[in-house]
Amino acid sequence: MSNNTHNEGHEHELQNPNYGAVPSNDGHDHHDDHHHEEHKQHFFNKYVFSMDHKIISRQFLITGMFWAVAGGLMSVFFRLQLGFPEDTFQVLSTFLGDWAKGGKMDPEIYYGLVTIHGTVLVFFVLTAGLSGTFSNFLIPLQIGARDMASPFLNMLSYWFFAIAGVVMFCSLFVHTGPASGGWTTYPPLSALKEASMGSGIGMDLWLISMALFIVSSLLGGLNYIVTILNMRTKGMSMKRLPLTIWAFLFTAVLGVLSFPVLLSAAVLLIFDRHGGTSFYLSEIFVGGQALPNVGGSAILYQHLFWFLGHPEVYIIMLPAMGMASEILATHARKPIFGYFAMVISILGITVLAFLVWAHHMFVTGMSPFLGGIFVLLTLLIAIPSAVKVFNWLVTIWKGNIKFTNPMLFALGFVSLFISGGLTGIFLGNSALDIHLHDTYFVVAHFHIVMGISAFFGMFAGVYHWFPKMYGRMMNKTLGYIHFFITFIGAYVIFWPMHYEGVAGMPRRYYDFTSWESFSQFGELNKMISIAAIVVFFAQLLFLFNYFVSIWRGKKVEGNKPNPWGSTTLEWTTAVDPGHGNWPGPIPEVHRWAYDFRPNEKDGTDFIMQTEPLREGEEEH
Amino acid sequence: MSGLLIIVLVTLIFLVLYQLGRSSEMIATLQGEEEFDKKRNKWLGYSMLGVFAVLMGGIVYTHYYMLPLIEDMLIAASDHGEEYDRMFLITLIVTGIVFFITQFLCFYFAFRYRDNGKNKPVFFAHSNKLEMIWTTVPALAMAILVAFGLKAWFTMTNPVPAGKDKQIIEIIGKQFNWISRYPGKDGVIGKKYFTNINEENNILGLDWTDPACKDDIVIPTGELRLVVGKPVELIIGSRDVIHDVGLAHFRMKMDAVPGITTRMWFTPTITTDSMKILTENPDFVYELSCDQMCGKGHYSMRAVVYVQTQAEHDKWLAEQKTYYEIGHPEEFETEEAADGETSEGEEAKEEETVTMN
Repeated sequence: MSNNTHNEGHEHELQNPNYGAVPSNDGHDHHDDHHHEEHKQHFFNKYVFSMDHKIISRQFLITGMFWAVAGGLMSVFFRLQLGFPEDTFQVLSTFLGDWAKGGKMDPEIYYGLVTIHGTVLVFFVLTAGLSGTFSNFLIPLQIGARDMASPFLNMLSYWFFAIAGVVMFCSLFVHTGPASGGWTTYPPLSALKEASMGSGIGMDLWLISMALFIVSSLLGGLNYIVTILNMRTKGMSMKRLPLTIWAFLFTAVLGVLSFPVLLSAAVLLIFDRHGGTSFYLSEIFVGGQALPNVGGSAILYQHLFWFLGHPEVYIIMLPAMGMASEILATHARKPIFGYFAMVISILGITVLAFLVWAHHMFVTGMSPFLGGIFVLLTLLIAIPSAVKVFNWLVTIWKGNIKFTNPMLFALGFVSLFISGGLTGIFLGNSALDIHLHDTYFVVAHFHIVMGISAFFGMFAGVYHWFPKMYGRMMNKTLGYIHFFITFIGAYVIFWPMHYEGVAGMPRRYYDFTSWESFSQFGELNKMISIAAIVVFFAQLLFLFNYFVSIWRGKKVEGNKPNPWGSTTLEWTTAVDPGHGNWPGPIPEVHRWAYDFRPNEKDGTDFIMQTEPLREGEEEH
Repeated sequence: MSGLLIIVLVTLIFLVLYQLGRSSEMIATLQGEEEFDKKRNKWLGYSMLGVFAVLMGGIVYTHYYMLPLIEDMLIAASDHGEEYDRMFLITLIVTGIVFFITQFLCFYFAFRYRDNGKNKPVFFAHSNKLEMIWTTVPALAMAILVAFGLKAWFTMTNPVPAGKDKQIIEIIGKQFNWISRYPGKDGVIGKKYFTNINEENNILGLDWTDPACKDDIVIPTGELRLVVGKPVELIIGSRDVIHDVGLAHFRMKMDAVPGITTRMWFTPTITTDSMKILTENPDFVYELSCDQMCGKGHYSMRAVVYVQTQAEHDKWLAEQKTYYEIGHPEEFETEEAADGETSEGEEAKEEETVTMN
């Protein structure tokens, strides 16, 4: 299918100072459209209300960075409380004011910080910051499109996200504090302002923010799907797509099908909070009086929440997996092993992701029979995940590995994904989940697998595509320091938590000192807190490296730099090709994305996707 | 002041690291980029072995550091707990083997196939045979784990085997403590409804028109008194938000949901007194923790569980007053005066008010 015609619609806005008007490559003449806007793009339109996917992706990334620092700082604060429950800290009263009088954190704000930490890291950083950044940046560039199907909706997607962030940020400053019922915000706790201070106006702002975020996510997701399916360049058949694009496609499908369910959960919760309905409320005596609500089910919310909540972890994981695949192959100078199996396993994960949500609810009193079904479906997900891991291992086997920054993070991703994935096998088995549910075992599991390992995928992506984004390299030495501190630090923080979980230590506790069964971990918690603080500061090193390198990093050579020797389309154009991505015609694709083998033509060890098949050569 | 010092210190470290980063790039340019990269790649290749060694060493060290800390908890105190521990061990072995093999391969391959200028990467893009192997092997492993898991799951969640003598206790969560209720002599837990609740003398909302309620015993601290070797069925509920009855030593857990009654059962196998000897800890107690985020006081929602012999339990039970009697002393005054037991009754009443506050 020729896709050039699909690009017609917005080609009139594709111009830039360096190349002038974009010549149309579909035989039509667009000259009339061009000169009106030429050289007139205002700073505001270019960098703020931009419709260029390359700018929007940077907006997502930098906003994600802001939230990562904010969310990380929150974790530093509550780790201070967990590690040093007897001590006071001046820094807490500086930042938290009356919430930490005399430097001792109030439980209300402790729970508020835990809640907002979880919410912003899961949604704002690892969904918007990860998938938003890289889907935006890579989809048009890697499939050979001028931009997204709808650049306008794409811009709206970012701005809805930005407003969602503003609302969430405001919720930190209301007098009853931010939402404090955990990032899952289970009712009745989140529905009744009598039950918790955080369930006051803070919870309303949380719900509004999430609703806006869902809108953002849907606008983005629909755009990604349509773009991938309809706007591939000539020759870019589905089976020639890089695995990153496959991952972004299924990520978007997951989001589009599951986020609306969370929206419905949020709407019903708003009704229960302000409309007097009883969707989630029944037979409650709180604040000295019996409420009139009867007949609702608090468990209904959990079903709705986890119907998004579980696909959500794959929304986070899939882009990281896709990028890791790409990066491992590129830096090992070897094709990804089992391309087709990788696609099938992403598909398998996507389908199964919708069928396992109730494994978060084994101890809610649900039917044991139903629980059994969910055990079966949950452990099935281990199979495609295992296939992916083995394929990654074979990809680096007998390669020629260059230990660049992105490669180290991709290797770290594989290691962390294994560690965190295997503990999922414990938790997915309901009989084991009974004891481990809501303990530090769970905290360790999901932080390693969808927190740190997804972060590693993201870091790998940033280091890998930074030269593409800015035409400069990030400082390698700082990158190596960043890697080793973060990788070792992540294990130091989370590995011992498995043991705490095995001992039944519950999560979301403000203080363990009064417990006979859990107070022996005091020293350990202190050590974990110190490690967490060190790792947090190491991330600032990354940010420092990122921003300094934008202006002062070493320039990459060449008009169309390809520092890693990649085969994919994004490296066939200049760093700043302007809106439209290719000043000339969009290149045609002739082969798959992983032809890492000696290239007789120029003596390199890779063949770009744009190079026609040699005479007598069979396509992979 | 100390805050300022820390900021200065952190900034200094950052500047040092930044200069380090810059100077290493300068050295690279001086030495010739290619040469420098080659050397660095070699060292990073070896560092992969180092990372693996640190990882494994750290795991072993953590294990031996942690064992004494969780030792007490490793003794399962119920029949379901023993089953759980077996399951855990099987899963640990299966996942442990996979963990060591895959982690080793990950770092060993990275080291072994580092770019050293001599490597010829192999163009090896797919193999259906290999894919089949590593689809089937995990599938089989999962099938085994699912089979064991479901067997244990259904043992734990099926009703108490018929014909077995069992103890029934109701446990209700509220912000932020537990309340337990024991059936009286009739062995039946009477009806309750949330609109009957008042903090003064009906904290569970018992329905006094139901005669089964009259002899029920309510413990406002949520204390659980279990009989060793006798199955206990917990009837679980909540007054306000979702709580969770977490019994770590017994490896049991169940949510307490307002408007819904949940249940779980198990058979305690070790008395509190035996545990004190087993753990060599004279202060040992079984604890009930709230395991579902329930608000500000979540972390303090603790109750104590005692496992006793039947004789000890009967003695304790006999000493308890019914909740109806505690809440309605005026109806009992005349009888008690006649029996000459006033003083004892008042004492119990006082105790109750103290604990209720």
